Amino acid sequence: MPRETVAEFAVEEVQVLSEDETVDEELLPDLSDDELLEMYESMKRSRRLDERAISLQRRGELGTYAPAIGQEAAQVGSAYALADDDWVVPSFREGPALLVHGTPPEQMLQYALGMEEGAEIPGGTGALPPAIPVGSQPLHAVGIGWGEALQDRDNVAVTYFGDGATSEGDVYEALNFAGVYDAQTVFLCQNNQYAISTRIEKQTQAETLAQKAVAAGIEGIRVDGNDVLGVYRVAREAIRKARNGEPVLIEALTYRRSMHTTSDDPSAYREDEESEAWEARDPIVRLQVFLEDRGILDQELEEDIDERVEEEIADAIDAARAANEALDPADMFRHVYDEMPPELERQFEAFGGEADE
Amino acid sequence: MSDGERLRMIEAVRETLRAELERDDDVVVYGEDVGRAGGVFRATQGLAEEFDDRVFDAPVAEAGIVGVGVGLAATGLRPVPEIQFQSFLYQGFHQLAQHVARMRSRTRGTVSCPMTIRTPYGGGIHALELHSESFEAGFAHVPGLQVVVPASPAETAGLLRSAIRDPDPVVFMEPTRLYRAAGESVPDDHEVPLGEARVVQPGDDVTVVAWGSMLKETLEAVEDVDGSVEVVDPRTLYPMDTATIVESVRKTGRCAVVHEAPKTSGLAGEIFARVNEEAFYHLEAPMERVTGYDVPVPMFAREDAYVPDAARIAEGIERTLE
Repeated sequence: MPRETVAEFAVEEVQVLSEDETVDEELLPDLSDDELLEMYESMKRSRRLDERAISLQRRGELGTYAPAIGQEAAQVGSAYALADDDWVVPSFREGPALLVHGTPPEQMLQYALGMEEGAEIPGGTGALPPAIPVGSQPLHAVGIGWGEALQDRDNVAVTYFGDGATSEGDVYEALNFAGVYDAQTVFLCQNNQYAISTRIEKQTQAETLAQKAVAAGIEGIRVDGNDVLGVYRVAREAIRKARNGEPVLIEALTYRRSMHTTSDDPSAYREDEESEAWEARDPIVRLQVFLEDRGILDQELEEDIDERVEEEIADAIDAARAANEALDPADMFRHVYDEMPPELERQFEAFGGEADE
Repeated sequence: MSDGERLRMIEAVRETLRAELERDDDVVVYGEDVGRAGGVFRATQGLAEEFDDRVFDAPVAEAGIVGVGVGLAATGLRPVPEIQFQSFLYQGFHQLAQHVARMRSRTRGTVSCPMTIRTPYGGGIHALELHSESFEAGFAHVPGLQVVVPASPAETAGLLRSAIRDPDPVVFMEPTRLYRAAGESVPDDHEVPLGEARVVQPGDDVTVVAWGSMLKETLEAVEDVDGSVEVVDPRTLYPMDTATIVESVRKTGRCAVVHEAPKTSGLAGEIFARVNEEAFYHLEAPMERVTGYDVPVPMFAREDAYVPDAARIAEGIERTLE
C-alpha cells in the first residue's frame, strides 16, 4: 500500500468583537442590553477585586493571590453561558468565572486569607474549590460530566485551566476520558501565553492548544479570549453540545496582564512592548467601547457601576476580615472525616479542642 | 448469594460488589478491564452484563481513574474503581493525596469523596516487577484517607461492604495471594465496621499484630511457638483500633508486629509508638518487628526470601519471649 493521508484536521478560530472595534454582526450573540451590561459589570467587579486584593497582599493582609487581570472576557463570557445547575471546576485563577457563577467576593477573599471557609461549595451553586496542583482538576470535571449523564441529568461541567496545564498528563487523560465516556464537559483552556515565566513556545510545539482535542477524538476550537462576545458565543455552543454528551475543548487566546501570583515579578521575563500591545486589547475596554457605540452605556451609568462595585468589594473585605478574626483554629480537626477517628480525637483534645454539642 | 455460602476471597469481592450494585443505584464500578474481561483477577466477572449502566471499562490511566472518581462523587455517586495492581496506584497517588483525601476538609464538608479504591497488593503470586508492593503505610500517612486490608473471604465481604457505604474515601487493599485460597462461609449482607480490630486468636504471653496475607502466615507460625500467643488483626490500618492492640499488650506484656512492607517507616513503627505511649510500663521485653526488607520488592526468583514466612515470624515472636 502506498503512503496515504489517513487523518487531517483543522482548527477554527472565532472572533465577534475585534481589536479595532469592528463587529461581526452575523456572529453577534442574541443578548439583551441588560445582559450585556451585566457582563460588563461582572468584568469590572472581578478586575476591581483583583486590584484590591493585590494591594491588600502588598500590605501584608492577604496571602499569595493569583489575579486574573486581562482574562476577564475568557472567564465571564464562558461562565455566563452556564445555567445555575451547571458546574464550574476551576484552577486557582478563576475569580471572574466563580463570581459569575455565584461565589460571593467575600468567600474569595476568605480563601486568600488562608481560610477553608473560602473553599466551601457556595450554597446552591456547583463550583468545586480552587485546584492548586496544575492541571489536576479537568479530571474532576469529566467525572462530574459523566456522573450527571449517568444520573440522566443534563448539567454540564466547565473546567478552567491555563496553557501550562496542557503539558500535564492529567489534562490529556481528562480529554481522553471525556471522549470515551461522552462526558458532559467543556474544557476551557485560557492560553494566557505564560506558565509563570515559561512562554507558550517553550510549553509546546503545537500550533494551537485547541488541537490537543484532536488526539482525544473530541472537538477543539479557538476563540479570541479578549472578546467576551466571541467567548460567550463559542462557549454557549460548546455547552449545548456537552449537554448532549459531546465534550469540547475551547482555547481562549488571551494574556495575563499582571503577575502569575503576587509572589512573582513578570518584568523579569516579559518585555514592556508586549504588555503594552496587550493592554490595547483589554477585554473590558473592548466591551465598553462596543456598549458606548451602541448607546447602551454612557459615562453616568459607568460611574454608577464603578461606585456599586467599589462598595460591594469594600463590604466584602470587611466581612472577610471579620470572619478571619472569628477563626477557630481547632476547626482544622473537624472536617477531615465524617466522624472523627479516635486517634484524631486524642490530638484534637490535646490541642484544646472541645467536642461539639 | 445464599446465606453462609463458602466463597473464596475473589468471589467474596465479586458477590459484595454485586450486592452493593443491587442495593444502591449510586454505586459505580469501573477500572481497567473490569467490564467484559471481568478484571485481571476476575473480581468483576459478570457484573458488566448485569449492570451495564454502572460497570465500565476505563482507559489505561490510573490518575484518570482516581481523578474522575472525585467528580463522580461530587455529583452524588459512590465510585468503586479498581486499580489493577497497587503499584500502579502510584500513577494516581497525586489525585489521591491532592484531591480525594482533602476534598472534605478543604470544603469543610460541603463536598466529600465517598470512594472505595480497590487494589490487589503484596507478593506471593510470582508476578512481574511492580506487581507485589505493600504501600499501606504511604496511604495511611495521608490524612483524610482510610486504609483497609482484609485477610479472609468473610472479612473481605464485611469490610468491603462497610467501605462502599462509608462517607469517606477508602483504599481497599486486597492481598493478591489470598484471592484463591480456601473458601470460607460468608453470611449475607455481612458487615464488618471500619476502624475495629479483631482478636483472631486469644493468648496470654505475647501479642502479635498482623494483617492481610501476613495474618495467615502468622497463624501458621504461632503453632510452632512455645507459648500462648494472642493474634490481633487491625483490619483497618487507618484509623487504627489502638485500644484493642493496647489492651492486648497490657495483658501479655509483649508485642511483635508482622508486615510484608519494608521495615523503615512501616506501620510496625507506628504501632510500637502507640504501645509505647499507652502501655510502656506493661512491657516485659523489647518489641519485635518481622517485616520485608528495605529493598525494592525483588522479582519472583528472590521473592520468597523477601516476604516474611512462618519460620521468620516464629523466630521474631520467640525473641520477645526470651
